[in-house]
Amino acid sequence: MAEFKLKIRRYDPQSGAAPYWDEHTVELEPHRSVLEGILQARNEKDGSIGVRCSCRAAICGSCGVRVNGKPGLACHTHLDDALASAGEDGVIEVEPMGNMPIIKDLIVDMDAVHWKKIQRVTPWLIGKEPVPEREYIVSRESMIDVTQSMACIQCGACVSDCLSMEVDPLFIGPAALAKTYRFVGDPRDAAHEQRLKDLGEDKHGIYDCTHCFKCIEACPKGVAPMNQIMRLRRIAGNDFHIKDRNNGERHEMAFVKNIEKNGILHEADLLPDSYGGKFHPRAVPELISSLPIVMTALLRRKMTPAKALLHPHRAPDGVKKIYEIVEGRDERNEFNLYISGTDADNEPNPEVAAAAEVAEPAAVAPDGSEGSSA
Amino acid sequence: MPAHDVLIIGAGLAGQRAALAAAKTGATVAILSKVHPVRSHSVAAAGGINAAINPVDDWRSHAYDTIKGSDFLGDQDAIEIMCREAPAEVMWLEHAGVTFHRNEKGEMDLRAFGGASMKRTAYVADITGQALLHVLYEQLMKYHEVIDRFEEWFVTSLIVNDNGECVGAVAREIRSGRMETFNAKSVILASGGAGQCFQPTTNALICTGDGIAQAYQAGAPLMDMEMIQYHPTTLAENGFLITEGARGEGAHLLNSEGERFMEKYAPNKMELASRDVVSRAEQTEILEGRGVGPDKQGIYLDITVVPRKRTLEALREIVNIGKDFAGVDITREPIIIQPGMHYIMGGVKTDVNGATPLPGLYAAGEVACVSVHGGNRLGANSLLDTLIFGRRSGEHAAARALDMKMPNASDEQLNKDSAMIAEILGRPKTGRRVSEIKLELGETMNRYAAVYRDEAGLQSAHEIVRRLKEEAKTAYVDDKGAVFNQDVLGAIELDYMLDCSETIVMASLERKESRGAQFRTDYPDRNDAEWLKHIDVSRNGGDTPTISYSEVTITDWQPEARTY
Repeated sequence: MAEFKLKIRRYDPQSGAAPYWDEHTVELEPHRSVLEGILQARNEKDGSIGVRCSCRAAICGSCGVRVNGKPGLACHTHLDDALASAGEDGVIEVEPMGNMPIIKDLIVDMDAVHWKKIQRVTPWLIGKEPVPEREYIVSRESMIDVTQSMACIQCGACVSDCLSMEVDPLFIGPAALAKTYRFVGDPRDAAHEQRLKDLGEDKHGIYDCTHCFKCIEACPKGVAPMNQIMRLRRIAGNDFHIKDRNNGERHEMAFVKNIEKNGILHEADLLPDSYGGKFHPRAVPELISSLPIVMTALLRRKMTPAKALLHPHRAPDGVKKIYEIVEGRDERNEFNLYISGTDADNEPNPEVAAAAEVAEPAAVAPDGSEGSSA
Repeated sequence: MPAHDVLIIGAGLAGQRAALAAAKTGATVAILSKVHPVRSHSVAAAGGINAAINPVDDWRSHAYDTIKGSDFLGDQDAIEIMCREAPAEVMWLEHAGVTFHRNEKGEMDLRAFGGASMKRTAYVADITGQALLHVLYEQLMKYHEVIDRFEEWFVTSLIVNDNGECVGAVAREIRSGRMETFNAKSVILASGGAGQCFQPTTNALICTGDGIAQAYQAGAPLMDMEMIQYHPTTLAENGFLITEGARGEGAHLLNSEGERFMEKYAPNKMELASRDVVSRAEQTEILEGRGVGPDKQGIYLDITVVPRKRTLEALREIVNIGKDFAGVDITREPIIIQPGMHYIMGGVKTDVNGATPLPGLYAAGEVACVSVHGGNRLGANSLLDTLIFGRRSGEHAAARALDMKMPNASDEQLNKDSAMIAEILGRPKTGRRVSEIKLELGETMNRYAAVYRDEAGLQSAHEIVRRLKEEAKTAYVDDKGAVFNQDVLGAIELDYMLDCSETIVMASLERKESRGAQFRTDYPDRNDAEWLKHIDVSRNGGDTPTISYSEVTITDWQPEARTY
């Protein structure tokens, strides 16, 4: 047993008072969760502490909070780890998640933000016709592949810290877009292209993500929402060649070409190339509108006119090699949490094969004749 | 006052399936839940769902396994329906979008599960319940125009009119504290089990037996309440569930001598015998001093015999649980488990259409007792139960509503419940804390109503529960507010748990034999001559449970000795 100090952010909407900090000391084994700490304080000291929670095992997604400023599940954060990331005073801070209005204490209004965004992405399977009599026949890999986005428990941790959403509250966001991959990656769905076109054309859609990795860090289930968003982009651009009005696809392509050519990013080319090149009519207004940014960069010496115009860096051979290998593949390789190693690793171990046989005798007759030996 | 043809209380798998089925008939539907639907405890079901979809399988084989698993206490007409309708139901789920894992041919893959005579369990890694629940919620979002959702509403009572019909429910909007009467022609209870009566338990904090107690309070009988399932593999550390899928994939159980002890208890099925058999075997090993872990109260579950790649794709969740909650990499070393309270086979007595003896009231899922699980539920039959009987009760509740006018529901019950809440809020700080009483209850139940039971233990449990019931009347709460007052809801849940616990203990005392999950050390044998019958418990107007019996329906399968 050890003592932990918890500082819980409290807010009572009926009091008219501002939010405040409420400190409690709890006594628990160090590997117990922050949620257990909160519940001990609630059970033994102050029953009015508001926190949603149910399963305690990181599967129901109720207890999304911020611990020491980082979003996650309270039940999935050990007290000793939380202490390690606490400030010098050794007090663990627990606050409600961000990007969502607070209802009371640690409870946020997920309907107003998270669920609204989920509903935006047509969150149900649009099955291919004709619907088969039995199951759709699809590859083994495809169903394991979508399991990663299926594993999302809708806790809102990724939404809490999405930087793009802070800037653009209308951004559809990591959770809803990860959910989209669950359909776009599902070979039974008939609307891959429509979904991608819809979310590519939406100003707040797949191209509104700025690649900050916050959602990947936040996710307690390894869903890696940003990776799912990038997969949506690759499928939209490379497979369906969807040219969106946000110029997202062209920007991605310009980025890839830019690195291929320069090895590191040559910012001055990126913007015009994203709009079809410096002399493309579409690029002109964009370039003019970005002049203030360019001026600031020059003033702060982040950029010199020489570097901007005559980017000296050229991609080394190593970079070119990477492009050759990656682009030379028949299929794109994608990372997936559920896939590790190769199928050769799955050769059944003899003992397991024996166990499986035990479980697979002939079907039993209704009179139970096989029953006693089964 | 909202009024609907069908009001569904609880939005786990049974409730959501009922809502979709009722709405499909054209009925107006409301679904109400004290948590957001995807937080419902169905989300925690891991291993899979049983259905005889393999062409060489037969639903009769599934039915026989289920009956044998139930120790012949299950009603065979209901079991036949469940197993016969299972393949079509699983296909319906697949078409709705569940990402069932496939075999090399692209068909649904099936895994081995306890008590089954062949591989029959369809699955999504080890998050099957979550996958099903989230896909059903996708369907609720799709049909939002015909299904009204009331999320985070807490039911305080069912409403029974003067004709003895259930005509709605009273609920509190958790976010505002507002009380509302929900009027309905038919009401379906789908609010899950009562695992929180026990400490520890695999069940979520929300599983407080609300529906069982509400039905009991409204006068509906409960059945098979003595049948409490202890799951063989719960994490010794904190009681979390380790899916039976692990053993289905080939994992072994080992005692302190490194022995695969199931050889002694179930030489044919080994680790895949039914849950009551495996849990008892583990408990016996522990009692005889062959347990493992610091206090020798555990058993090793060795998953390292499963190929690592397979574990990572098919048992990912328990890889996480091992890592996050026990600091163990289950692909490299064994993990310490023990039997833990997991499921209540009993519940509100229903017929095969989900109808309870109280007109207008239906029940489905863990809250109900059809009885398809009898003395012991087979793994991966609970998801099936929720869906089959959720759908059937949705259809039948809607059909009942079709020919009737909306019955009157007054605010009389609402006023009583508002007064009850005001009384709780006004209690002086002289009583015990709600959490204290809850903990004592849970520890009592886990001590006396567990894997092994006897008369003396159950008698003391009964006395303690009666005392706690008295103490609960003065238990005080700190939160006096209206917005998200979880404190006051906790006090009401405590009353629900106490009602459930009392009926569990009464029924366990009553059954003077050992069958399925009920093992009485003072009556160690199954006694078909006297006890091949259900125990019904009802309130009959008073505060104390009254016991009666009902027959077990037997169709084709006569009781026989049960060995695995």
